[in-house]
Order: sequence, then C-alpha cells, then structure tokens
Amino acid sequence: MLDLRLYMAQRLSALVMAPLVLGHIAVMIYAIQGGLSTAEILGRTQGSLLWFLFYGTFVLAVSVHAAIGLRVIAHEWLRLRGTALGLLTWGTCAALLALGFSAVFAVTLP
Amino acid sequence: MTRTPEMLHVTVQRGTAQDSRKERYDVPARENQTVLDVVSWIQQEADPTLSYRFACRVGMCGSCAMMVNGVPRWTCRTHVSRVAGDGRLDIAPLRNLPVIKDLATDMDPFFDKWVAAEAHHHPTRGRLEEFDPIKPDSPERAEANLGIECINCGICYAACDTVAGNPDYLGPAALQRAWTLLNDSRDADRPGILAAVSGRGGCHNCHSMGSCAQYCPNGLNPMRAIAGLKRETVKAALRGKRDA
Repeated sequence: MLDLRLYMAQRLSALVMAPLVLGHIAVMIYAIQGGLSTAEILGRTQGSLLWFLFYGTFVLAVSVHAAIGLRVIAHEWLRLRGTALGLLTWGTCAALLALGFSAVFAVTLP
Repeated sequence: MTRTPEMLHVTVQRGTAQDSRKERYDVPARENQTVLDVVSWIQQEADPTLSYRFACRVGMCGSCAMMVNGVPRWTCRTHVSRVAGDGRLDIAPLRNLPVIKDLATDMDPFFDKWVAAEAHHHPTRGRLEEFDPIKPDSPERAEANLGIECINCGICYAACDTVAGNPDYLGPAALQRAWTLLNDSRDADRPGILAAVSGRGGCHNCHSMGSCAQYCPNGLNPMRAIAGLKRETVKAALRGKRDA
C-alpha cells in the first residue's frame, strides 16, 4: 500500500514540515507574548511574499503527508483498497490544500 | 521454586478457519516438558485426529510454530514452565496464515512472498567456474550474517501487525532474506531485489513496531534488515539507478 514513491513523498514532506512547525510555534509565541492585535498581524503578513512562501510550503507539505498517512490507516484498519483508497488519498490531499490555501490567501494577499 | 501442578489445563483450537472451535484437554504435567510434548500427548493419548506439524524437535526445522497463550512460539523449544506458570495453556494455529486443520496452517502465502521479494539466490557464476571467495570480515558480510540463521518458522510473520492489517505486505522473514542476499557478494541481481521490495507490499509498509525482533526464536532482528532495505532503496532511487 506504501510503495517507494509514496514512502519518499511522506518522508520528504516530514523533512520540510519539521523546521516549519518550529517556525510556526515560534511565530505564535511571539505574536501572543508581544500582544499583537489582529490588525497588526495582518499588517505584517498581507502582501508579504515571505509569509506566503512559509505557510504555502507548510500547507503543501501537510497535505501530502497527512493524505498518505490516512491512506495507510484506512487500508490497514478499514480494509479500503483500489479506487476507494485512491479517492480517499486524493480527496484528503485536495481538501487540505483547499482549506490551507484559502487561509494562506486570506492572510497574505494584499 | 514453583510447584509443578499435577495436570495442565489445555485448550486447543480445532477445525478449519470456517468452522473452528476450542476443545479442552487435561494433560499430565511433567517437570520437564515442552509445549510440543503437550500437543503430542493430546494426539497420542486423547485424540488421534488432532492435526499439527513438527519434524526435528530441536529448533532447527522451523515447522512446529504455533500460538501459545496468544504469542507465536517454536513449541519444541518452549518449556511449559516458562509460559504456563498457572498450569493453563491456550494453543492455536499461527496467526496471519490460513488454517488447513487444527494447528496446521497453510504456509504457501508465507513462502510465495519469499519468491515475490526475490528472496532467492541469483548466482554470479556457473557450476563449472571457480568458487567466488567471500571475505568474512567485510561489512556487507557481517550485515548478511546477522540474518542468515532464519529457520523459516513463520513466527515473525505471525507476530507482525502490519501483515495482519495489510495482507499484501511481504512480511519480515522474506524481507530479511532479501536483505541478506543484497549484502551477499555472490548475488547477481541487486536491482531486481531492490525493485521487488519497493512495490505496494514492500519494505516501505513496515511501521517498525518490532514484534518480529521481539518474538524471533533465534534472536534475529528483521526490523533492522527492513530498515536497511528502506535505506538502500531510497539511495538507489536518489541515484536514479532504478525507476522510483
């Protein structure tokens, strides 16, 4: 159920996520500690290519990683296979991409 | 010293996979007695229709593995005193394999997967050529030596939860054999082995839970072998030596 290609996609997406998770946690702590308001946060993120790339990459990595992980669980525990398993994998990936990018666009588009 | 009970209370799974039941037997306890002795006593003294499999009785042939109190074990080398302190034994056929009858399982899926993993020798030389010398101290040989004492008993396969959840998974024994061949200088089909263990049921399905290493009666560590296969397949794919 997990061939070499999917295995590498999951490992590489984990590799990408690790530093981004740390960065995300650091940003959250900074924003709360400093008492930044919503307007102040949006003022820094809207129109920023850097924040778009940071969270855009995060969303891409999460979508790939989570979809493959759920694929394995669904196969081993729910016995899903074939088309149903493919639909679940791609559906999860597409849903996470849509939700993630709608959030990224909302805070980074000028 | 624990006192040996006079009788052992033994339940044995009987019948086929479609029609299985538990039957109870009281078996005389001995001070020195293996689980295989118990099964043989039932077959010889209580019910001659009991089917089970064994051959060497000394832990070499790998044919007598069964589930003993829920755990896969080689029954000829498992002393009752070590697994049934309270005098109770529950004996069932090996997990993850089709049952033929009673305690005898169909080992075909297990060995078919050895073939599917290319876990058989691909010679570099013909029989008319000189022997291919092996350097015993090379790192590859040392790695192969860690896995070559496998007796094909199927205990790791029965212990593996990934096999239970994913019937296509090749399993620890076949993958460990593939790993020993990958490290064998006399094996000629390295790309073939790497391709065979990279498919949908291949080494990448292993979750490294370690039941194979935990229950292997010979103390081998198939999980280490599978980690090695993951490493080598990824290296080969990154080098572009095979289609990823």
